[in-house]
Amino acid sequence: MTLADLTPGDTAILEQIDTSDPGVIRLMILGMVENITVRLENVAIGGDPLEVGFFGSSVSLRKEQARHFKVKRIPSSD
Amino acid sequence: MTEGTEVKIPVSGIEIRHKARESIALIGNPNAGKSTLFNRLTGLRQTTANFPGVTVEKHLGTVQLEHSAISLVDLPGIYSLDGNSADERIAVDVTLGRMEDTPRPSGLLVVIDATHIYQGLYLLEQLLELQLPTMVALTMIDAATANGISIDTEALQDALGGIPVYPVSSITGHGLDELKHGLEHVTSNKVPVIPASWPELSRTAQSVAQQLGPDWQRIDVIQALLKTHPELAGKLGQQLGTDAVIKLRSTLFGDAPPAAAEARQRYGWVKNIIAEVQEHTPLYLKMSARLVRWTNRPWPATLLFFAVLMLVFQAVFTWATPLMDVIDGASSNLGQWIVTQLGHNAFSSFLADGVIAGVGSVIIFLPQILILFLFIIILEDTGYLARTSFLMDRVMRTVGLSGQSVIPMLSSFACAVPAIMATRVIPGRKDRIATILAAPFMTCSARLPIYALLIAAFVPDDSVGWMNLQGLVLFGLYLLGILGGLGTALLLKSTALRGPKPRFMLALPEFRVPNLQTVAIKLYDRGRIFLKRAGTVIFVVAIGVWVLAYYPRMDVAQYRSTLTASQQTDPANVDNAQSAAQMSQSWLGRIGRKIEPVFKPLGWDWRVSSAVVAGFPAREVVVAVMGTIYAVGSDADEQSLSEKLRAAKWPDGRTIFTLPMVLGLLVFYAWCLQCAATLATIRRETNSWRWPIFAWTYMTTIGYVGALVIYQVGSLL
Repeated sequence: MTLADLTPGDTAILEQIDTSDPGVIRLMILGMVENITVRLENVAIGGDPLEVGFFGSSVSLRKEQARHFKVKRIPSSD
Repeated sequence: MTEGTEVKIPVSGIEIRHKARESIALIGNPNAGKSTLFNRLTGLRQTTANFPGVTVEKHLGTVQLEHSAISLVDLPGIYSLDGNSADERIAVDVTLGRMEDTPRPSGLLVVIDATHIYQGLYLLEQLLELQLPTMVALTMIDAATANGISIDTEALQDALGGIPVYPVSSITGHGLDELKHGLEHVTSNKVPVIPASWPELSRTAQSVAQQLGPDWQRIDVIQALLKTHPELAGKLGQQLGTDAVIKLRSTLFGDAPPAAAEARQRYGWVKNIIAEVQEHTPLYLKMSARLVRWTNRPWPATLLFFAVLMLVFQAVFTWATPLMDVIDGASSNLGQWIVTQLGHNAFSSFLADGVIAGVGSVIIFLPQILILFLFIIILEDTGYLARTSFLMDRVMRTVGLSGQSVIPMLSSFACAVPAIMATRVIPGRKDRIATILAAPFMTCSARLPIYALLIAAFVPDDSVGWMNLQGLVLFGLYLLGILGGLGTALLLKSTALRGPKPRFMLALPEFRVPNLQTVAIKLYDRGRIFLKRAGTVIFVVAIGVWVLAYYPRMDVAQYRSTLTASQQTDPANVDNAQSAAQMSQSWLGRIGRKIEPVFKPLGWDWRVSSAVVAGFPAREVVVAVMGTIYAVGSDADEQSLSEKLRAAKWPDGRTIFTLPMVLGLLVFYAWCLQCAATLATIRRETNSWRWPIFAWTYMTTIGYVGALVIYQVGSLL
């Protein structure tokens, strides 16, 4: 499962990141590295781009890059 | 405690170039409250905004401390020292002393947003490799508290190896005195020799730098190893041998790209520190969460976006009208009063027709411009403008750009100059240039006077449903600008600037309630800039045009003798014909008739043509020029400029301002690049004459052709 497969409101842990895409590295510089918890906040019209929240920050990225982030979804408590 | 923090470097080891006064660099993430803190510390006015990358200029200020003064350099907000965008490169170059006209700062004041210490500490750890005396201002303490975040400052200080951390609130001013006190001693602050987040890299770089000699500092080696500075990377390869560098890289980074390895390493460390020093880490901030969810939900957000735009255009027309009527009345009364007091002579005409009619016709738009800016400032400061880039990414993709181009294009509604500078956050050079060339199409505030004048004169003040027809036409003109900009981007991105598909990644700011004082200061600044232009550039142009229109005086007796007896029976007619004849033989009339043939196909007479030509350095001048021309050569019975325009006739009696001509003129103004400041900014930002020359030629051509087609086709119908 990748970040691109989550639905808004889902929480997940970033497990493995494919660094072959330079855009992915930019996202890592913004703090999207392995073993942090993220939440998919929003998806724009047409399903792209996505808005991801982590550590109080919010970052917007396209699906193309989101596919490079393998995630483990955390089942919601409610 | 983490390893490697015990060793302190001696103070004498720090190079201080500024002996008389220390220069401290203010550095931090975008939106960390850096500019607000800068204002607080220096008391200087300057603009701050709530979206990434707005502080694009180098702002200098002086902080008065108890025993000394330091100079503070405000740098663009950045997330890392990787130098990916122009903004980042500027900040990095200044910090590292690579910027030619700026001395290397003798210390750093790193601003960290207490609600975003994750990204703030990452940048701080990179900056510690500079080995400059460093202190930290922990801003947004109020917002952190409101979100249930509490940070153990002492524990944080320990984790950072003893770097002083000052919690401050820029809103209440709490903690500022302590921070200033700390600034007094900033250059004697000790930084850990080996920052804690990645000791292996620091040690390796340190020993390589020592081995290579005094030309190399640790940060240079680090940037070379991380490949964030290609030139240094090449030099390191030459000096150490390529094999040795490859070996170093593989030991430090493994198989991963260096930047990815750095992010993993340092953020891994930061994550642990946060667990130590922060009690509660929300995934998302409480305050903005509710708002953000709604304003970024696709459909509500899109509707909201258009509703906001419509509201702005409606407000610009309907709210401003009463004030504008007051200014209009006051300036025409003043003009008449001067003429009655001084009689008809050159001096009274100079005051009434040159100064008051010229400058007054521009000043009248102050209320509209202030309302427009009020909206733009509020949209910026709440963070909404930045959020629209998320919303609009899809649209921008169709023209080959990304959501990142949205912020510069929207701020172009205020003025293209800061907008072009704001394109520095766009990473790809081709995407950046395409955005730079699209931005001047957006309807800037200087276009508002000419639009407002023509709309008020020729569009009836009717209601269409709940909307006002004039506001609707204005909205249409804004759309025309947007279309021109997007069309240009598409054209360029599929021809001269064809390149890889731009990526889109952007840190989105929270919603913040705008600070009233900040909004007021920015609005005041904008009003001041506008009035200053009216008082200088436009004043001078108005006087120049008055001289050209007033002189040489014709021989009145001789003129009257040429009139037939029937013409002489009506004294008002004689006056009108006489002033028209005077105008026509003035220098301005002679010059105007020379250029008239160029613009005649657009339906413009020599008066409109010369006003438009005079407006090439700054487009709002055109209103002042028209104000003066029509005041000098006006009929006695029309008061306001719009009435004079409606009454303007060709020599054969046909109306000049017909609907096709007015529409053409509006299109010309929507597309034409009449702004010397924009051209200078394009030149500076692209570092070549090629793009400003292209932009001017291209925009003037399509403006002319657009007006030509509309006038010719419209006149046939």
